[in-house]
Amino acid sequence: MEPLLRVKNLSKFFPIRKGLFLREVGSVRALDDVSFDLYPGETLGLVGESGCGKSTLGRTLVRLYEPTQGEVEFLGENFLKLKGADLRARRKDIQMIFQDPFASLDPRMTINQILTEPFRVHGLHSRTEQDRLVKEMMEIVGLKASYLDRYPHEFSGGQRQRLSIARSILLKPKLVIADEPVSALDVSIQAQILNLMKDLQKEFNLTYLFISHDLSVVEHLCDRIAVMYLGKIVELASRDELFKNPRHPYTKALMAAIPRVGFGKREMKASLQGEVPSPISPPSGCHFHPRCAVKQSSCSVKYPELIEVAPAHFVACPFHSGGTSL
Amino acid sequence: MSEPLLQVEGLETTFFTKAGALKALDGVSYTIHRGEVLGIVGESGCGKSVTSYSLMGLLDHPGKVTGGRALLNGVDLLSLTEEEYQKVRAKKIAMIFQEPMTALNPVLTIGQQIDEQLFQHTDLTPAQARKHSIEMLAKVGIPSPEERYSNYPHQLSGGMRQRAMIAMALALGPEFLIADEPTTALDVTIQAQILELFQSLQKEMGMTVQFITHDLGVISEISDRVMVMYAGRSAELAPTEELFRSPRHPYTASLVRSIPVLGQRVDRLPTIEGVVPSLMERPDGCAFQNRCPYQTAECAQAVPPFTELSPGHFVACFHPLEAK
Repeated sequence: MEPLLRVKNLSKFFPIRKGLFLREVGSVRALDDVSFDLYPGETLGLVGESGCGKSTLGRTLVRLYEPTQGEVEFLGENFLKLKGADLRARRKDIQMIFQDPFASLDPRMTINQILTEPFRVHGLHSRTEQDRLVKEMMEIVGLKASYLDRYPHEFSGGQRQRLSIARSILLKPKLVIADEPVSALDVSIQAQILNLMKDLQKEFNLTYLFISHDLSVVEHLCDRIAVMYLGKIVELASRDELFKNPRHPYTKALMAAIPRVGFGKREMKASLQGEVPSPISPPSGCHFHPRCAVKQSSCSVKYPELIEVAPAHFVACPFHSGGTSL
Repeated sequence: MSEPLLQVEGLETTFFTKAGALKALDGVSYTIHRGEVLGIVGESGCGKSVTSYSLMGLLDHPGKVTGGRALLNGVDLLSLTEEEYQKVRAKKIAMIFQEPMTALNPVLTIGQQIDEQLFQHTDLTPAQARKHSIEMLAKVGIPSPEERYSNYPHQLSGGMRQRAMIAMALALGPEFLIADEPTTALDVTIQAQILELFQSLQKEMGMTVQFITHDLGVISEISDRVMVMYAGRSAELAPTEELFRSPRHPYTASLVRSIPVLGQRVDRLPTIEGVVPSLMERPDGCAFQNRCPYQTAECAQAVPPFTELSPGHFVACFHPLEAK
């Protein structure tokens, strides 16, 4: 199958400027040489801790940030080269859902204005057709059409997230990038939104890039999972393979750190010592080596390539080991 | 089981707002035994934080405790005056907050903030206080504590700030500690570090803890017993393992089912329809009735009493689920 999106060696460095003339004194290497393919109809999960670059990746893909280098091929064309009207037309096919439904809906617009805005931006459909589509979409995401004259503050967090989802799929996009869409929600609401996203994917044949820090949510929703650490993908595999057979020492530590529900009180044992180093001056060689349990002297010299160690299972660690599952 | 350290009976806290008096807590009762960790879990607005603030005497206007008792070693915390409270806080009861960046004073160094309470409650000289504070920082696993002593909060990472706040809370060796979502703002690997530290300190100092979180995983690993709260009331209280294995309140059962669990695949997550009622629209009788599959006419008539169905297992429901 042809990939829908092909990301090659994508990097985004944010310059740090100081002094009177704002000389560039360094950079935050938020996203560092990331490559992957995304196939039509699948859900790819991006997991990692704060500062690993997962949100930067999402934002760079919709060109909210211009990448420092690398290539993004979307529907067979070079997405980074597009400009003006071409870019706008193509953007219709990539939509985004943000984490905080309180910040992502304009408080001074009614729901009707918010939901018809995508049509106005792209000059699509007549007024009556817009109204019909918006009403239909409200029903699809489980909200009453009579809410259309209300303002965002009149809705709960879960309802707002339904509205953001409605807005993002009104244009029938091919790819939806969801950046922590359920992190701000209570657990009982989280389940409703996750189910809604699954239903919509089937109904509209959507491809999801699902960004989250929560491995159990990612396991529930995603077909394939990429684990990120300090701007790089350290492991990429199908869901079953990754959870049955995690190979990168960081993936293993991350899984071990998740509190388990319902097994009763147990002695906690931190799986990783120390903290994530600064992306301004990441450790030499493998970024993970200062915290790694299986490090060798060569780890501080060269960053290991992401290589295929089993069919469709990629790991960036020459000393990876299989076997230890949950 | 050992004797109770804290007995909360019918705690009622009201917020007097322009929209009217809102009962944020409406009859919360529980006991914490000496040396035990009691977890309190619930969704936003269920009153888990208000419970802690009420016990600590930290409620801001327009909130006020309007009923009930909270006996700590036989002394009713709720009847203390502000001066009496100041003698109890930090020394007998202490609290750790969710967001260390807002709970710590940004213009004082970490050391000054720990010293401050030592001066308040003991006769230590500045040199002795400094020594004790540095020992506390070392105890919570902060590397190079002498240096950190003179750092400001913004110079520390999130995990280190949380460690500093734990050091501060434990500086006077309180016998009762309230931890309000202490790991919610942290990444999972850092959360595991803080929980490990927390457990070892709790054991070492023999502290009694009220641990509040919305995370069912964290609560299940750290607590001896768990209380589930819903819309300002206690819904269920039981030993941790029993609560998750055999929840008797329909809300607890749905809540436990609605979270994705690692290694347990389901195609669709069972959900709880609707949303938590706001305090203004809490229905008469059971607050959960409109979302409950077992609802009957009885549920709207009276608030179900919080009853002990089997030894140590309390449920506030007219139609509790069968024990498993």
